[in-house]
Amino acid sequence: MNEILRRILFLPPQSSTIAPQIDALHYAVILTTMAGSALVALAALVFVIRYRHRPATPIPLAPDPATERGTRRVEVAGASLLLGLFVLFWVIGFRQFVQLESPPANALTIQVTAKQWMWTFAYPNGRGSKGVLYVPAGRPVRLSMTSRDVIHSFYVPEFRVKKDVLPGRTTELWFEAREPGNSSVYCAEYCGEGHSTMRARVVALNDADYALAIERLPPLELDLPGPVYREPALAGIAPPERLSLAQMGERVATEKGCMRCHTVDGTPHIGPTWLGMFGSLVPLSNGRQTVADAAYLTDSMMDPRALIHRGYAPVMPSYQGLLSAPETGAILEYLRALARPPATTVNAAEQAPLVPADAPPIRLPNELQAADAGAAQETP
Amino acid sequence: MTTAALPFDLTEDSHADYLRAQSGVRSWLNTRDHKRIALMFLGAVNLSLLLGGVFALLVRLELLTPERTLMSASTYNRMFTLHGIVMVFMFMIPSIPTVFGNFLLPLMLGAKDVAFPRLNLASFYVYVFGSVLTLWSMIAGGADMGWTFYAPYSTTSPAAVAPVGLGVFVLGLSSIMTGLNFIVTVHTMRAKNLRWHKMPLFVWSIYATSIIQVLATPVLGMSLLLVAVDRLFQLGIFDPTLGGDPVLFQHLFWFYSHPAVYIMILPAMGVISEVVCTFSHRPPASYRAIAYSSLGIAFVGFLTWGHHMFVAGISVLDSGLFGILSMFVAIFSAIKVLTWTATLRRGSISFETPMLYFFWFLFLFVFGGMTGVAVATSSLDVHWHDTYFVVAHFHFIMVGGTLTAYLGALHYWFPKLFGRCYSERWGMVSSITVFTGFFFTFMPQFLLGNAGMPRRYYSYPEQYQWLNVLSTAGASILTAGLVSTVVYLAVALARGPRASQNPWSSRSYEWLSASPPPQHNFLEQPDFERSPYDYHLPEPSAPGAAPHASEPAHSPGE
Repeated sequence: MNEILRRILFLPPQSSTIAPQIDALHYAVILTTMAGSALVALAALVFVIRYRHRPATPIPLAPDPATERGTRRVEVAGASLLLGLFVLFWVIGFRQFVQLESPPANALTIQVTAKQWMWTFAYPNGRGSKGVLYVPAGRPVRLSMTSRDVIHSFYVPEFRVKKDVLPGRTTELWFEAREPGNSSVYCAEYCGEGHSTMRARVVALNDADYALAIERLPPLELDLPGPVYREPALAGIAPPERLSLAQMGERVATEKGCMRCHTVDGTPHIGPTWLGMFGSLVPLSNGRQTVADAAYLTDSMMDPRALIHRGYAPVMPSYQGLLSAPETGAILEYLRALARPPATTVNAAEQAPLVPADAPPIRLPNELQAADAGAAQETP
Repeated sequence: MTTAALPFDLTEDSHADYLRAQSGVRSWLNTRDHKRIALMFLGAVNLSLLLGGVFALLVRLELLTPERTLMSASTYNRMFTLHGIVMVFMFMIPSIPTVFGNFLLPLMLGAKDVAFPRLNLASFYVYVFGSVLTLWSMIAGGADMGWTFYAPYSTTSPAAVAPVGLGVFVLGLSSIMTGLNFIVTVHTMRAKNLRWHKMPLFVWSIYATSIIQVLATPVLGMSLLLVAVDRLFQLGIFDPTLGGDPVLFQHLFWFYSHPAVYIMILPAMGVISEVVCTFSHRPPASYRAIAYSSLGIAFVGFLTWGHHMFVAGISVLDSGLFGILSMFVAIFSAIKVLTWTATLRRGSISFETPMLYFFWFLFLFVFGGMTGVAVATSSLDVHWHDTYFVVAHFHFIMVGGTLTAYLGALHYWFPKLFGRCYSERWGMVSSITVFTGFFFTFMPQFLLGNAGMPRRYYSYPEQYQWLNVLSTAGASILTAGLVSTVVYLAVALARGPRASQNPWSSRSYEWLSASPPPQHNFLEQPDFERSPYDYHLPEPSAPGAAPHASEPAHSPGE
């Protein structure tokens, strides 16, 4: 049944865990509303035939209060029924919407940067890809997204998810691919001449393939002085160790002067400490509190005086224009790593598996370069 | 029946119908007669419709193939932008109020003219100026930001955004002038004995529309000015690189532009309410339901703008609130639909071209409206937002609704406007062609949206092609229908048989005047004691006989 309706309605395959639920509501809403509309159209048609003008028709009767009351009763009943139905749609739809907006706690985070007209992705291991997003199948993935220029919108029809990507802000979207396979990414917010070529692919892989795939990607290109490599302990003995995204964030934060005011060991300084800040409840100077999520932290970098952490002077300058979109993403990843006790997170990241010593730098797959060139990709 | 004498001299001149009362180009350009201003608007908005239609056809032709067909991507982007701006701001918003509202409001209220005739004429020239300014931008390099002007694209795009923005700003001014004029006219110009609850339903819908025009349009003007100063002086209101907030622009824009869809559809609903009563020969099933739901739509319509922004990064709570409020707007529309359908029941329905348009309206409005309920369901909108499903949805309900009602109004009041009859056969055939074309243009677009094709795409994956070809074929049929309508109406204008005063046997007040009406609308003040829907009483005799009554009058269809 699901498959038949999906094909009749031209819906794409249901490649995410939430897609079947959303489609179920889709069928219910479309079938009910179309049946209701057909009923109205049919009633109108019947009335037109039944009450068509005949030359011998006498002058219509004066309005009869009893009939009018009857009509009104039918109308009130019809409108109430519809209202009940619409509210029901809303309740179910809103519950699903809340689910769409709430990434599971164990979701893997990948940073997404949009620019005219290309998608780039940054993985926790500090590697990046363009035009192809690798995700593990069967695991929730959270995309933490920002734009370098105008508004874009990240849309995967097969996953039934979409979210605008804004300059100077971070928005989030999550999904869980059901099985390994390819899905298409479209930019859904008009962004200029190349809008319709701003496409990409999501490649869902099983865990082992995913780990291998992102390990083979080139390191993320951040605009940092010096190579994004950690100095080898003893020159010539070990290959240069690539930095994880969180470590890049640490590097960016140091370069950009964040560490002059923020600490990462839990002691408050000119600004609040970053240790344990991500995801915590932050008390604000206006008496409220807010969750320090990616959106709040990005806003605090770009417009630091909008919401002030209680107990701190509003002295932080805006980093708008000083931090590129990927750098913002890297800092967020660093903050995210600092959310948990440092012993288990940052160190774990440092001990992340290295590239095998004998692994030569692997070139990007062909389609990545095609995407690089901004060429449109066919959708499978 | 009271036949109060009018407070002005019945000179020979005022006996002549308004088309012939004065002659010469200057008598038109300087006229303060609401009927002549209405006709000038008719010409102007029809030109806009033609222009917007040409842009639409170019867009549809480009989409015949997945890659380049006719034009480059940047030309395509300029074409859909112009299509949207011309159709929304130059055709749909002014269409029914400025043409039929202008022509009929004083007739329906028993007034000689609108409250501010000079303002009325000024609003026409402001409209023309705004349109010229908007179109000038085409020569000045084109504008490619879509009719929605989303920042920061619109504040940074290299194209000529500013002149288009300014043009739309001026068009908004014209809209405010018209709205203000109509509100004052309804309040102060009603004939003696014409109480609010006896006004024709068309007046209620124009009144509700005018309220939205006056309250919402200034916000659009403000937002566009802010975009312009953001571009010119780098103020950083919406541009995030200067510390601005692009989502704020969307809030401001939709605060106007969502109510604006009711500016487009409410007058259409007014037309439909008149047509259904006239051709069913019975009063509306519930006068108050139709009248008050117009006001309900006008009010709740102000509180639903956020449903355009479910995926724009607004809070979950906001999305929930805007979702449920959108459902309430749907209820007011549903009340109207049920009332129109109930009006057919126990009527004595004659079936002519305007009634055919009533049917197309009902079909497009009901099915399109129900897809509106679907897109208001937040989780479903996530998939549909910014895809062709939304394009199809608003073309069904807003464009289809406005266009079919506009054409219905044109056919219904054509005898009143020009005193001529058009060929009923051509009317029927063209009407069916228009609907068929419309249906096949937009039905495939619902499916394209389901399949995930985003809107404003110049090139698209090949799997979407055949539905696009179908849609373009539909657009060609629609064009044929509209062209044939223009032709036979032009023929009727020149050579159509004379229309009688009340060819449809309507009871509404405007039919108490001659066809075409004399310069001062009524030679004798008609009786406004009776209801405009008293079909159970014999047809009232015409108080002001047509000045050319010597000629035999035909009714359409003969």
